[in-house]
Amino acid sequence: MARSSDELIETDVERYLEQQQRKTLLRFIMCGSVDDGKSTLIGRLLYESHLVFDDHLSALETDSKRIGTQGDELDLALLVDGLAAEREQGITIDVAYRFFATEARKFIVADAPGHEQYTRNMITGASTADLAVVLVDARKGILTQTRRHTYLLSLIGVHKIVLAVNKLDLVGYSRETFDGVDAEYREFAKEIGITDVVSIPVSALRGDNVTRSSDNTPWYTGPSLIGILDSIDLDTDRRDGPFRMPVQWVNRPDSDFRGFAGTVVSGALHPGDPVRLTPSGRQSTVSRIVTADGDLDEAVSGQAITVTLTDAIDVSRGDLLAGADAPPSVADQFEAHIVWMNDQEMLPGRSYLMKIGTLTVGLTIAHPKYKINVNTLEHIAAKSLGLNEIGVCNLNLDRPVPFDRYVDNRDTGGFIVIDRITNNTVGCGMLHFALRRADNIHWQSIDVNKAAHAALNHQGPCIVWFTGLSGAGKSTIANLVERKLHQRGFHSYLLDGDNVRHGLNKDLGFTEADRVENIRRVAEVAALMVDAGLIVLASFISPFRSERRLARDLVSTTEFCEVFVDVTLAVAEQRDPKGLYRKARQGELLNLTGIDSPYEPPEHPEIHVDSTSLSAEQASDLVIAWLGAAGVIESA
Amino acid sequence: MSPLTHLQALEGESIHIMREAVAESERPVMLYSVGKDSSVMLHLAGKAFYPGPIPFPLLHVDTTWKFRDMYVFRDKRVAELGVDLVVYQNPECLKLGINPFSHGSELHTDMWKTEGLKQALDLYGFDVAFGGARRDEETSRAKERVFSMRSPQHRWDPKQQRPELWRLYNARRSPGETVRVFPLSNWTELDVWQYIHQEDIPVVPLYFAAQRPVVDRGGTLILVDDDRMPLEVGETPSLRTVRFRTLGCYPLTGAIESEARDALSIIGEMMRATNSERQGRVIDHDASGSMEKKKQEGYF
Repeated sequence: MARSSDELIETDVERYLEQQQRKTLLRFIMCGSVDDGKSTLIGRLLYESHLVFDDHLSALETDSKRIGTQGDELDLALLVDGLAAEREQGITIDVAYRFFATEARKFIVADAPGHEQYTRNMITGASTADLAVVLVDARKGILTQTRRHTYLLSLIGVHKIVLAVNKLDLVGYSRETFDGVDAEYREFAKEIGITDVVSIPVSALRGDNVTRSSDNTPWYTGPSLIGILDSIDLDTDRRDGPFRMPVQWVNRPDSDFRGFAGTVVSGALHPGDPVRLTPSGRQSTVSRIVTADGDLDEAVSGQAITVTLTDAIDVSRGDLLAGADAPPSVADQFEAHIVWMNDQEMLPGRSYLMKIGTLTVGLTIAHPKYKINVNTLEHIAAKSLGLNEIGVCNLNLDRPVPFDRYVDNRDTGGFIVIDRITNNTVGCGMLHFALRRADNIHWQSIDVNKAAHAALNHQGPCIVWFTGLSGAGKSTIANLVERKLHQRGFHSYLLDGDNVRHGLNKDLGFTEADRVENIRRVAEVAALMVDAGLIVLASFISPFRSERRLARDLVSTTEFCEVFVDVTLAVAEQRDPKGLYRKARQGELLNLTGIDSPYEPPEHPEIHVDSTSLSAEQASDLVIAWLGAAGVIESA
Repeated sequence: MSPLTHLQALEGESIHIMREAVAESERPVMLYSVGKDSSVMLHLAGKAFYPGPIPFPLLHVDTTWKFRDMYVFRDKRVAELGVDLVVYQNPECLKLGINPFSHGSELHTDMWKTEGLKQALDLYGFDVAFGGARRDEETSRAKERVFSMRSPQHRWDPKQQRPELWRLYNARRSPGETVRVFPLSNWTELDVWQYIHQEDIPVVPLYFAAQRPVVDRGGTLILVDDDRMPLEVGETPSLRTVRFRTLGCYPLTGAIESEARDALSIIGEMMRATNSERQGRVIDHDASGSMEKKKQEGYF
């Protein structure tokens, strides 16, 4: 030992760094419940890979004595229990990410809770995983929860599974028990299309077969858990698939340079490659692949690059750059799996936003075809989806987007659903295929069109949409407006909330979902009447901004006039022309807007009527004046 | 083509995150603490928008109690890179002379850093702020999203976090809300040092071992960085070969004895490291779960 310790460090570090140059990254998800020993197994992986530092260890010793479940021994599960709230409850409440490394790989572990109500977290954690470790308790075997986790993994596209049969020490390291669990699991996994399963007998608590092969299981000759994680083939689908890069940002530092920045999500790209820009369909050739470290001869999936093209074609954020030989499809109607992730249930017909790749578009979701019981995989009829429910639905976008089937490409086939009002991510989905409906049911082109109808009537078509609380005076004002229009010979029609509920919408109630559907139908009818050249007066409480926006979006911007008939709840309740408030206060009527159902006031109405200071007559004159100024009717 | 190395994969992910945040914000800013994570983040920003310039300013929420070397380094880097730097010091703290010696670490940190950051974000109207926090630093961070919403009062609600799937980040905000974006979420301390070594990224010299005057206070080695530091009776600074694993306010940051004079040697030391990085920071020891509390109140 002639060498000084400095030299030793020097030599080791260089060898170490050399290894680092070849080190790859594997993301996996750990599925199971606290009872299966999930936190203990993750704690064990961190502990054994020497990622637990002295100060964490001393904290762990203190905590183990105070709240641990292992007597005097270290409770490794406490290493991974982060938030104070869950420490108190003794359960993991959200998806967390942990890190450890071996000589061959760095690992990012998504730690997803096993409880039924947290489907959302598991889907989230699995969305970026290359592989899953499914943990079962050898004493209990395959549980409902195991099936649920496996189904969710297949749904999100994680097809490599390591089945860790844990607590083998508690069944005397029995080979029969292990083989039984292994066989039962394989059979179930096969039913849902997962065949790439490796099973391994472990004890997270004792460390058997976690990092080293255990003497307690001489009958098991396979590698340890770490051995498997170190050597399993990384997903090659992304590398070998067709080239895809969603454009994130157009880089134009000066007039000479125009590059398109993005991350390659699949395939490879080289200078000279023909590429197609979707949805526009324009084609060009790659000129350079620019990075701060110099131009590249090849860019592969996972790399963030900037591409320049040989042609000056128009490219913007949200476009998808694709290999010209295998371009993606473009469509605006789809069938998809939807996983709902919010306390507020999904409302069919409501206008949401979809973010797919780097593109954000308007989205409406139809009534689910069915929802799926994640425990039995049964299909169940459904009108809507609640938190943690999964269904198959048709989607309608406000413009065509480029996409691949989710099974072919997670990045160009997976999307999130965003609520327009709260801006929260309320769901996610996986595209199956484009519906051909939009292609086949063309809008029938008719010679006598909207302009022709309106010209004959000597008026412009328009929707005047009255919104406000019950008792605000909407119908009174709308009625006066229509009389004035009629006197002057204009063609109009008044759609009234109460009247449509006698016929067109008599199947609908007053739940939030039904209110959305009610307004959707009315908006469609109003739009058809606009097409017939009419001035449509629509008088509806229409409490939600989303649905009023939907009505507005059905016609062109100059054909919609939102009239906010504003009144305080106290005044409306005092007027109570239909006696509804009295009934609601007595508990005889549910879901009355303003009492136990919300009203979202318009932010930018064309006309704002304060019905406590303006008479209905004055308000109707305001509307007539607006119609004149907008050129819908001739000014009087 | 072989798969990407783990550093290439982390680099690609961080650049993707930065580009998404910039594309979906109106007034982005990068919180620049002058530490090694900030140095890595700044280096990645240069790559993300190359050949264009970094399209946002840096914000240094200053406490006036950082190491002198940090101020020197900061001004030098900013000049070299030609980036805009906004330095903000909480005027109330300046007026009251808030310092860790008379007011204690908790009040000092709360008023200079937590309050100072909120004031600066409000004053300049920044809607998206990049931070260098990593999930491996501390247990409550392990669950924080990459895009993390803050209420108009700058509070973090761990129960109301947005699900974050695939590479899809949701940066949409209601009026008054802001987003903290953490491009280094999935990096570990070791990754950071390996990357600094690989890319030859400049960092404050205090990270490397040198002879420095320190006093030993209850096992924590505190650098006597200037004459504002009151010495206790019988206390004399002694020259020891030390370095810092983390840099903050000098009276609140403990040094470790080390011979590591470059990134390579630090990696060597880390192979044998037995103390986690935040241990050198006095604030984390205040109470169990204290980081989670601080974050709910708006600490980065």
